[in-house]
Amino acid sequence: MTAVTATAASAEELRARAKTRRIIIQTLLLGIALLVIWGAVRSAQVNLTALGITSGFGFLERSTGWDYSFSLIERSINDPYSRTLLIGLMNTMFVGFLCIFLSTVFGFLIGTARDASNIAIKTAATVYVQIFRNIPLILQAIFLYAILIHLPGPRQAYSIGEAIFLSNRGMKLPGLNVSPSVAIGILLVSLALLIALVLWKRFSLIKGVGIWFGGTLMVAFFAALIFRPEGESLLSIPALQGLRFRGGITVSVELWAMIVAITVYGSAYIAEVVRGGLNEVPRGLIEAGQALGLAPGAIWSRIKVPMALRSIVPPLGNQWIFIMKATTIGIAIGFADLFYIVSNSITQSGQTLELIAILMGAFLLVNFSIALFTNWLNARLQLKAH
Amino acid sequence: MATLSDIPARSSRFDATWQMLKRRAFHTPSDGVISILVFAALAYLAWLVMDWGLLRAVWSEENVAACQDAGAGACWAVIDARHRLILFGLYPFDQHWRSTLACLTIILTVVASCLPWAWSGKRLVGLWIAGFAIYYLLMEGSLLGLQQVTTDGWGGLSLTLFLFASVVILGMPMGLGLALMRRSEMPVVKYFAMVLIDFIRSLPLLTTLFTAAVVVPILLPSWLEGDKIWRVIVAFALFFACYQAEVFRGGFQAIPKGQFEAGKALGLSYWQILSRIVLPQVFRHALPSTINMVVVTFKETAIVIIIGFFDILASAKAAFGTVDWAPYYLEVWVFVGAIYWVFLFSLGQYGEYLKKRMKVQER
Repeated sequence: MTAVTATAASAEELRARAKTRRIIIQTLLLGIALLVIWGAVRSAQVNLTALGITSGFGFLERSTGWDYSFSLIERSINDPYSRTLLIGLMNTMFVGFLCIFLSTVFGFLIGTARDASNIAIKTAATVYVQIFRNIPLILQAIFLYAILIHLPGPRQAYSIGEAIFLSNRGMKLPGLNVSPSVAIGILLVSLALLIALVLWKRFSLIKGVGIWFGGTLMVAFFAALIFRPEGESLLSIPALQGLRFRGGITVSVELWAMIVAITVYGSAYIAEVVRGGLNEVPRGLIEAGQALGLAPGAIWSRIKVPMALRSIVPPLGNQWIFIMKATTIGIAIGFADLFYIVSNSITQSGQTLELIAILMGAFLLVNFSIALFTNWLNARLQLKAH
Repeated sequence: MATLSDIPARSSRFDATWQMLKRRAFHTPSDGVISILVFAALAYLAWLVMDWGLLRAVWSEENVAACQDAGAGACWAVIDARHRLILFGLYPFDQHWRSTLACLTIILTVVASCLPWAWSGKRLVGLWIAGFAIYYLLMEGSLLGLQQVTTDGWGGLSLTLFLFASVVILGMPMGLGLALMRRSEMPVVKYFAMVLIDFIRSLPLLTTLFTAAVVVPILLPSWLEGDKIWRVIVAFALFFACYQAEVFRGGFQAIPKGQFEAGKALGLSYWQILSRIVLPQVFRHALPSTINMVVVTFKETAIVIIIGFFDILASAKAAFGTVDWAPYYLEVWVFVGAIYWVFLFSLGQYGEYLKKRMKVQER
């Protein structure tokens, strides 16, 4: 019966009916969305009044009154919430970008090893990937943290050449004798140098890395020469004094566990991405390289990697975002990343909605920037002829 | 003239392995040195693990005193004594057979849906709903006339499996819905889905779950709040759906536009084209990535310990939380890690196998 009416109706009529239906559906969706938002705002007002919480961002100026495990810059329990949150964001970005860098480097190495012709190397890389990819990251971090805090105390610390110490207080490394802010300055200069080298594109990979490394060392040397405390040496080497260490750089147990766990897990994933990319390089290209008498290293760096990068970069960008998001496991082992700070602030101040908004905003901003960078990289890498 | 004797004898398995090794491990002298060193290192590591975990290990609770001996390896006595806590949490002790059966049901459901027999929409849906229902009836108990145990009493591996199964069951249709909305020609519908998907995907899962656990109660009137566990499951399912929607989108892109047009020309409605022509192919194309998503979801369930659920990580912590068992934290973590690893590795290998199989079929 309906089929008969459908054929009887003119095409015009049918089209008009479909149009009306589309408008109704869209209005309905919009209406429901607005209703949900309105309802949420209303009940938030009711619930917050009942709890006696005034909303707004005024609390950012109040001092927190609690301490946490790690920061790159000076901190105290009198800091206002704004500064504490900023430190949390810095910690997240610090661990995130450091782990992104390390995972990418190790991921390329292990991914290449997964693709190696030598079966021993291939087996070792496969074992690595299969072990670390198939255990939840949070479990790996907790596991590593448990091992690290059960290491012997400072007096019985493991040491390498009386300069590097590993104990249940973390790792002690010799470092430049400068204040943390100068150290951050050096890092920023080094980063700027790296970006300049990448953009300039005048040097081959190995030369470029050499220039970057040398330049960074020079900057660090002169910075230490100028900014060190009066009459002290350039390097500060840790030494045991009584029950604890003096001097040097401390890598706390939490930071150490975070970096190693995330890097190991991230590199196992990136290795798979890299292997997938290398596999997709047409065999003919590799054989052409062999026919030209190129060494295996040259085939890898001149043919395989440039060709593979095109299929590696999009999933690699996803992994970078994943690593940035993975820093939120810090709360499981007491590392003061942004999520940890926000969650602590919520318990202490009760400003739940504002703090969650800050947390979401920060992650959207950072991950959006990484996505933009990946897109830019991807656009640059596309074959020009296409 | 060639005779039968000219055909070279089939090389033995040993011979073939030797040839392969010669080609792939000892091709050049330096290759050989590297191979020997790497294999030796691997063998040494394997030996260390075996020596600690098997040879010098203490296995039973009665011998727990032997764990303190010098030279004792892994103290599996802690697992012998506490495995029920790790697996089932604080579920009533005399009811553990229910947890065991319930966990087995979920595992069997996952295994069954890996068999080609199950690869049709109806069977998969039926299988998962049946599996989940059996799990819930067994664990909750009141409908079967057993002692009632509410979700607060669930824990350990059974809670982890419960979260996993409910997230997949809820998230799969949500993901399909989002994927369809994203493909819609109606701008409001399309942008709604796009913004939601990109928003959830940019946030850490922990943030989404934390929001569901802590923030949503503020935004909802109290009669709508529901249990914390269900709020978190819905949020987790939303996270799953946003990723799964992208997986389905990939599947949709693999289908030529001509098929839609052919369907329209035959006078089929949108839903008929979808259910008879397009979706079966989309599911097929999306299968390997879907399995990957399922693996990731199972792995990510470990994070719920942070928002205060008594999952397998929390129960593991509790297992070595007493003075007697505190020194054996390592054994407990290794045990839990091994459970995750076995599940994730086998599912992952199955996904790889499927990918290869489908590649062969496409040729």
